[in-house]
Amino acid sequence: MASLEILTYPDERLKTGCEPVETFNPELQSFIDHLIETCSGGPGAVGIAAPQVGVLQRICIVDATRARRPVDNHGHLVLINPEITAWDGFAVGREGCLSVPDYTGKVIRAEKIELKAQDRNGKPCTFTMSGFEARIAQHEVDHLDGILFLDRLVSRHADLKRRTPT
Amino acid sequence: MQDKWLILTLVGEDRPGIVANVTRVLFGAGAQLGEASMMRLGNQFAIMMMVRGAGSPEDVIGLLESVRVEFHLKLHVDETDAALHQVIEPDVLVTVHGADRAGIVAEVTAALAEAGLNILDLRSDVGGTDTAPIYIMQIEGEARQGIEAIEQAVAGLGLQELSVRVTPLDTVRG
Repeated sequence: MASLEILTYPDERLKTGCEPVETFNPELQSFIDHLIETCSGGPGAVGIAAPQVGVLQRICIVDATRARRPVDNHGHLVLINPEITAWDGFAVGREGCLSVPDYTGKVIRAEKIELKAQDRNGKPCTFTMSGFEARIAQHEVDHLDGILFLDRLVSRHADLKRRTPT
Repeated sequence: MQDKWLILTLVGEDRPGIVANVTRVLFGAGAQLGEASMMRLGNQFAIMMMVRGAGSPEDVIGLLESVRVEFHLKLHVDETDAALHQVIEPDVLVTVHGADRAGIVAEVTAALAEAGLNILDLRSDVGGTDTAPIYIMQIEGEARQGIEAIEQAVAGLGLQELSVRVTPLDTVRG
């Protein structure tokens, strides 16, 4: 399995909204495997979206198992046609992107989300995600809408919200 | 081979136009700007900026002479081995606040250095009033001996009057 070439900013394809997946065929399965491989090969990557490799379809990987410190997660997720249906709370956190090398910045995201999607075989699924995993999912769904974390940067001096008050 | 990066530091009473005038002159002389940090400190405005392509430190000081005089700036330029694309991501945030007094930074940073913290970004402010000042400091750093070492160092400070909190940071890269 070969890693796919990752497009980097300011490639226009990263700013383009993606089309829904309608056919769950062997070609799609093969592409998903390549996308997973590409994500695994990305330094420190915890997710990737199809437009980052030039495929303008609503497909992404969310993998909070690769967080530096263990966090609540649903394992290695392949999300097809994901849609966030509810948002709750917010937190400032640091994000980077395989398509924006050598830069990280602070972004506000919902602390908790409800997400519905299809799995790689087209089966509908829903998730309640929080914290780090919810942040990854929001970052990846943004990619599918042609939005980069650069579009959402807040002040570099914004404080990072605690998960639980002490 | 390209010129070495110069680091330019520049301080003057804050007023509109300092950045625009300094960078206009440098751009006009063919300079390239690298990373920069600029902010208001007290009533002063401070610039730290990587510059190259406009000659030696003396050349740059000469170019900026009229802006320096107009804005009453203090200017300093050094040739360095600075380089771009050397970013280190912070993995810990340490926030400190309390009634202001002498020694807070020295005590806290001594303990953090001992615990392996490499400071990447430190911002501190004095709020409150002249008679009751409040000190607030935010440090982002790289915990080279792990977050636990930092947490222990902070717990061991025994500074009852200071609020110190340690927040692990992780970066979503996707």
